[in-house]
Amino acid sequence: MIHALATKAVVAQTVIPDFGGGGANSCVRQDKLFCWDWFSAHWGNTFQPALIDHVKLTLIAVGIGFVISFALALVAYRYVRLETPITLLTGLLFTIPSAALFQLLVPITGLTTTTVEVALVSYTLLILFRNIVVGLRGVSEEVREAARGMGLTRAQTLFRVELPLAVPEILAGIQVATVTVISLATVGAFIVDEGLGGPIFKALQTSFNTEFIAAGALTTLLAVIAYLLIAGAQRVLTPWAGRSVAR
Amino acid sequence: MNDFKDAITFIGDNSSLLVDKSVEQLLLAAAAIGVALVIAIPLGLWLGHLHRGAWLAINVSNVGRALPSLAVIAIGIGVLGLGFTNVMLALVVLAVPPLLTNAYVAVDGVDREAVEAARGMGMSELQVLLRVELPLALPLLFAGIRTAAVYVVSTAILAALAGGGGLGEIIFNQASYRLPGVLAAAMWVSGLALLVEGLFALIQRLVTPAGLRRGAPEVGPVVETAGTRK
Repeated sequence: MIHALATKAVVAQTVIPDFGGGGANSCVRQDKLFCWDWFSAHWGNTFQPALIDHVKLTLIAVGIGFVISFALALVAYRYVRLETPITLLTGLLFTIPSAALFQLLVPITGLTTTTVEVALVSYTLLILFRNIVVGLRGVSEEVREAARGMGLTRAQTLFRVELPLAVPEILAGIQVATVTVISLATVGAFIVDEGLGGPIFKALQTSFNTEFIAAGALTTLLAVIAYLLIAGAQRVLTPWAGRSVAR
Repeated sequence: MNDFKDAITFIGDNSSLLVDKSVEQLLLAAAAIGVALVIAIPLGLWLGHLHRGAWLAINVSNVGRALPSLAVIAIGIGVLGLGFTNVMLALVVLAVPPLLTNAYVAVDGVDREAVEAARGMGMSELQVLLRVELPLALPLLFAGIRTAAVYVVSTAILAALAGGGGLGEIIFNQASYRLPGVLAAAMWVSGLALLVEGLFALIQRLVTPAGLRRGAPEVGPVVETAGTRK
């Protein structure tokens, strides 16, 4: 690949893509920064499927990551002593560079979507775990006592009182985890050609700009939209959160 | 598991190659962080000192977090072209947000009474910032530098895709280095990232003023120090 990049100019003439229309003067032949025609012509067969795959990859990773983090957080909430080791372990996973982790999993899970998902899930754990624990610990002692005074059991207190009050923190965690996964999933496309990273890696080997700029811009757009959607959900689900922050 | 054994052998046989590539990658990362520090820290500190621009400082970080690193590098190649400087600039874009936000939050959160006391002692605004707010803000400031450093060192692997060198040249080139070579580089770079994380955690601890480290009341000792210095 590095050699392909080094001999960029030579490769470019042969690899420039399948868009015959427009002749020698077309945007694609001149390899301008961005060719709208080429983009819209390839939306249906390249970008739309990649975008849908990317959303799927993200939802699965954040979903599985949430279930694991939630269980870990409940354990750490109950047994305070376990909080530090869990934080260190998830922090270790978080620090391993994504390009390396995807490759390190290949001998274990092969060139499969599982490899990509396992790595993506591992990056959500630290963020989600920490936020769930912080959210639960943030519930005031008086509220907990009131719940106990009303005769709620420990489990009832957790699910009816503490968890609902922790929702703002939990959603903030989901928000950061989601944009992180959207970003890292592009790197995973080096292992399995799935999602918006596919067109980026493919096009980076040529000199054709439009394809990787389009995929890069779509990924960014997807991340921003996901970010805003979750921010909106936070506002709708926990209207009290704004007030409690201002307090 | 044999692949991992071969990878260990590869590390033994090619340690000088791995060291060379690590140096390339660390230089690239250091350059990017250096530029990002120069841009983000003064701006963040000053905004934090004024308690203004929270909207900017916080949203830059949120948008920054949403920027996919590979996409930024890809778009950077499209707009700027290949090469060390261009990749470095893409990395700067990724490093500025955490630095700016942490610098802002760190100074903005300094105890207002300490700041008022410093003003009451006749310090100029710059003195207040440099002698009172900055020392108190250092732990959080360094937390931002640590986050950015680890992020940039990791992301610099992708630099190889844009002709920026580094361990990515091995990780993304299975055709030449085979799976053991790729795995070796992946393990090596993971170690590198953990090392950077550990190193910055240590620095962060060292720069934390003794008063804050011991969890002593924040105002007491620090205002005294500022006073004796004056």
